[in-house]
This record gives sequence, structure tokens and C-alpha cells, in this order.
Amino acid sequence: MNTPEDLRYAKSHEWVRQDGGGVVTVGITDHAQDQLGDVVFVELPEVGRHVKAGDTVAVIESVKTASDIYAPVSGEITAVNASLDAKPETVNESPYGDGWLFRISGGNDAELDGLLDAAAYVRSLDED
Amino acid sequence: MLRTPLYQKHVELGARLVEFAGYEMPLHYRGGINEEHLTVRSAAGLFDVSHMAEFRVSGPDATDFLRYVTLNDPAKLKPGRGQYSMLPNDRGGIVDDIYLYRQGEDQYLVVANAANRDAVADHLGGLADGRDVQVGDETEDWALIALQGPSAALILDRLVSMDLTDIKRNATAQAELSGVPVILSRTGYTGEDGFEVFAATKDAEAVWDVLVGAGAVPCGLGARDTLRLEAGFPLYGHELTEATNPLCTDFAWVVKDKEFHGRAAMWGADCSQRLVGIRMVDRAIPRQGYRVMDRDRDVVGEVTSGTLSPLTRESVGFAWVDANLSALGTRLWVEVRGRPMAALVVKPPFHQS
Repeated sequence: MNTPEDLRYAKSHEWVRQDGGGVVTVGITDHAQDQLGDVVFVELPEVGRHVKAGDTVAVIESVKTASDIYAPVSGEITAVNASLDAKPETVNESPYGDGWLFRISGGNDAELDGLLDAAAYVRSLDED
Repeated sequence: MLRTPLYQKHVELGARLVEFAGYEMPLHYRGGINEEHLTVRSAAGLFDVSHMAEFRVSGPDATDFLRYVTLNDPAKLKPGRGQYSMLPNDRGGIVDDIYLYRQGEDQYLVVANAANRDAVADHLGGLADGRDVQVGDETEDWALIALQGPSAALILDRLVSMDLTDIKRNATAQAELSGVPVILSRTGYTGEDGFEVFAATKDAEAVWDVLVGAGAVPCGLGARDTLRLEAGFPLYGHELTEATNPLCTDFAWVVKDKEFHGRAAMWGADCSQRLVGIRMVDRAIPRQGYRVMDRDRDVVGEVTSGTLSPLTRESVGFAWVDANLSALGTRLWVEVRGRPMAALVVKPPFHQS
């Protein structure tokens, strides 16, 4: 399982990349995509929507089940990965790359500091 | 947790194991559910279904007993043939859906769902009381391996000495599979041609290995579910339950006009709702428990199963809906995460092999 060191993680299996300028990119972890199995449908938020950390903002459906995706930080949705509409399996194939889900602008430092580093995220998996 | 005789094979093959009916079973192997599904539609897949329950029913009254406790008619079965059937309760619903094989004049094998093993044992045991019939649980004695797909006969042909064209759909035969004694049954739950292989528990791994070696691809319960759904087959606990009357479904053909346990409750019942196939018009996947609504957003039913078909890429499923909205082509709405998504009533199967 791949858990890049340069990302921050939520216990609910989202990863967060700081892109600079107060913008973060969000996706789901390799562990999460592996647990879900074949992703067949991704429902993304509307661009411009204001979200609070912990809000349900997206849904990933695998063959077996529908799973909520939570905003790891508060702010405004500034972009979504529209290519997942036609190729949802990209979430399985490239969870940290082309399979990203959405971008949020405005996350505050306290929220970012509250996220896990890679080692802490991997430890959290053992507690599940 | 219980394990089938093939548990070690699943671990070696890298299966994602899940709890199902008290058993630790493969949900899928490394290729994933979609790939396994498509393999069964194009080549041949291999399923460990040893968790399913087997009961032997034998004795001079066996046929009369089974005529009374099942909805189909076992008297019409010649030895060596099998039929899909159901066990009615006395409230118009069913205890389980089963496959019934007639192995001799007064010898039958009932294959029931793993989750219903105890319920079926109690039910059959209770109704057999006072009759000249024995009901024995043989679940632990049998490994059951399903070889399914258009290449199934080709794969099996190289491994058995008999002519497989002699085994018609729903027929069974004793055979030796690479020297291992088995019962072959030309049945399955995928909508494809295929065989179910009954082997002694001790021979399970040998049979599995020889079939994998011959090209059958291991498939898990995930693909088993999407395949049966695409083929329009019901699953107990979803489409069929102790409270659902099969006469209100497209599976009413199973119910034969004869005396049977609970007939009064089933036969006279009014079908205020019917089980229908649905295909989504809007992009969304129906799931068990989702509400079905009419154009006024009044709730008129509930989804029992649904999936995105790995083959057709359409979202399909089954739902119970008010009888006046069950005609083919009727527009309905499935509530998906609070939003009504359009669907149509369609006739299963959702894919015809």
C-alpha cells in the first residue's frame, strides 16, 4: 500500500495536498480505493459550494457499495475532476494522481494541522 | 467464523475475504469484481460455493413429502434431473429458494442458501415428523464448485471421460474429474452455460486445482451477485423473503397448482405490490432499501437489489412497487441520497447470454 510522505491524511481516508495559495487538492488513499474495490461512479460537489470540514461533499460508488467522502478542510470548492465522470476507475488506478477528486480554497492552518501525517495515518489503519 | 475446504486456496490467490452467512468467503480476487464478471461472460469463471447447504431427503415418502413442502413439482423430475424451487412458509412467503436434485426414485438432494441452513433444517425436520422420510444435513460432506461461462464445457470436456453433450441443462451425472469422483450438474446462477461440481470435502482442493489449471478463472461472491442480477435471478433476503409472495413476481412459474404447505395463505393473496425489473434513466445506482416514488414523489415501493451492470454499463435492479405502477415502460423515480432519479420498469433479464 502506497502512502506518500508529502501528503496529509484524514482518518476517513481522504488525502490532502497543499498546492500553495491556500488551495488544497483532495482524493482518497490507496488503502481506501483498495478497500472499495472497482469504482464505478463518482458524484462530485458543485464548483463554488462552500463546505465545512467534515461535510459530506462527494460519493464514491464501487460495485458493492456507496461511500461518503468528507471535506478534510473548510472552504470553497474551486475545481472538480470531471474526467472521473467517464473514467471512474481512475480512482483505483491512480488514487494520488489522475484520480484526484476536488480542490478546496481557504482551508485554515488549524484544520490542516489537525490532519495526520503518513505515519500517523498508517497507524490509524491498525485501529480500524 | 466458518471456512470452506477451499479457504487456503482463497488466501493463496490473494482473495479479499469477507464474512458471508457465517463463512469467511472471497468477495473477489486480485482482478476485481468487474474483471471477474466479464470473464464469466466471455470465457469461464470458477466459484467456491461450498458454503451452500445440502440436505438429503430420502425414504418411501420422499417424493410426496417434497411435493408438499416445495412449490415446484418434484414428481415431474426423472432421476438425474434437477429443478429450481422454493420452500413456502404458512404465511404466503418463503423459507428459502432451493435447487432440488432427484438422484434416485426416493433420493433427493436439496441445495439451500448458507444463511438459511438452520431455518431450512428446522422447517424440513418439523414437516417430516410422522412421515416415512429422512432429512439429513450433508453440508459438511460436500464441496460445491461452480464452473460458469461459455468456455465451461470446453474446459471440463478435457478433464472427464464422458460426453458432456449428454448432460442437458438441469441434468446431473456421476463422473470422474481427473480421477476424482464427482457429481456434475449442468446448472448455475450466472445466466451462462456451466456446471456445478459436487465433490467430497477431501477432494475439494484437487478439483479446484485441476479446473484452475485448465483455464477457469477464480471468481468471488461479488461477481456472483452482479452476474445473477444481470441474468435476472432473485436472491433470498433481497427479492425473496419470508414475507414475499412469489405469485406476485415473475418467478410465479415455480408455483405449481397442487396441494402444498401454506397454500391457502399464498394462493389467495392479493398482490398489492409486484416485483419488477428497473433500469435507471438518470445516472445513479439503485441499492437495496432505496425508496421508489411516483411522479408526485409519493413512495410506491422499495429497491431490493441493484448494480451498475459491468457488461452493459447500465444501472439495473429489482424493486417492489405498487401493482398499478408495475407495467413495462412505467416511469418511476428512485430516491438516491435524497434526490429522485428517473427509472423505467423493464423486463429482466438485463442481459441475455
